[in-house]
Amino acid sequence: MKPFLAVLTRDMKLATRIGGDSLTVLLFYIMTGAIMPFAIGPDKDQLAQLGPAIIWISALLSLLLALDRLFRMDHEDGSLLAMRQASLPLEMIVVAKICAHWVTTALPLIVATPVLAILLNLEIDQTLRVIFTLLVGTPALICFGAIGAAVTVSIKRGGLIAPILILPLSIPTLIFGVSAVSSGAIANAQDAALLFLAGFTLLSLVFTPFAAALALKMAAE
Amino acid sequence: MRKNGKNPENIALNVTDLACERGGFEIFANVSFTAKPGEVILLRGPNGAGKSTCLATLYGVLPKSAGDISFENIDPEREPREYLHIVGHVPGVKTTLTVKENLSFWAQLYGGTENVLPAIEAAGLDAIQDSEASILSAGQTRRLGLARLLVANRPIWILDEPTSALDKQGDQWVGQLIADHCAEGGIVIAATHLEIPHLAPEAVKTVMIGQTAMDHAS
Repeated sequence: MKPFLAVLTRDMKLATRIGGDSLTVLLFYIMTGAIMPFAIGPDKDQLAQLGPAIIWISALLSLLLALDRLFRMDHEDGSLLAMRQASLPLEMIVVAKICAHWVTTALPLIVATPVLAILLNLEIDQTLRVIFTLLVGTPALICFGAIGAAVTVSIKRGGLIAPILILPLSIPTLIFGVSAVSSGAIANAQDAALLFLAGFTLLSLVFTPFAAALALKMAAE
Repeated sequence: MRKNGKNPENIALNVTDLACERGGFEIFANVSFTAKPGEVILLRGPNGAGKSTCLATLYGVLPKSAGDISFENIDPEREPREYLHIVGHVPGVKTTLTVKENLSFWAQLYGGTENVLPAIEAAGLDAIQDSEASILSAGQTRRLGLARLLVANRPIWILDEPTSALDKQGDQWVGQLIADHCAEGGIVIAATHLEIPHLAPEAVKTVMIGQTAMDHAS
């Protein structure tokens, strides 16, 4: 447990220090959401209707920003190689890094969501529901992102390739994330969407450590 | 009787006819040696001979194409990697963490010592232990990378050009580290041109790498 916590706390420190991504991701999220009303226009009802989708897309795009750094820095400066000599298997190191990444990038977004919700004229209960779906769905986004980041880790300037790999994988999460909030649908459909969303997250949490660790091992060869 | 503090289980390493192929090219072949407790194996050869590749094959990051690597007396329930320290070309230092945080991380990850201060002092970095590692010079960064060897006890050290970027005192320090480790029963496998001081000549074995490559060239 101690080695796991060591990786977790180290990555959290790195993300919050200078050069870390936490604040950048958070600001990008709020800005992406905030410019939408300028493009869509000041129609309050329309904004409220599109609100959950805008929040989800903003979250998806801003999470993509930081994902490339999940393994790249450690791969390039030799840390990852040395970390592989720990008694902790590489798969668990990946889990620790994903947890730290979620806490330092996705969690601040979720906390800042009420700000966006006000800008987008969302009702309180809808805001809470968006926050809840983000809590359930963002781990899946980070997991898919981790696979993309691990696959592209050995490509110099692979920063633009990873999002192209990750975005198609994120579509189901996006669909169920938004439809778990969107009004208009039948109530049961929303709950079903939420369950699907949770299912995707659980599935991705199970497979990602193995897939990402395998990709990292192949990248080191 | 030699002290055996660094290698209580008497771990030894047998390498026979090791070879590695990358993309259809043979990088090196027929590397054989045995490393008993207290011995230094120096890999020598010209640039591009495959010294780094050979080390990477030893610590299991690259697949071997032929031959055998066997560790003696290791606990069958543990992976061989848990007996190894590796320091490669890049030192694995995080520039936004302090010197102390860098070492504490490795100590915790490897299940090593609680107190990293002796390692910091040994690396000569105690005056700047609470500074960010970004202010370190190339040589100091290398020292910090090598100080990782001291925060957790592992019997076998695999070092790839450990003295690059170091000054003369740094060279001596690394030589002394290796000598001390071997004096207590540890094994060091290094690709280096460094002379290791204070060590009996019979404890130092030199393995030439790249004979095959040279044969092809001539």
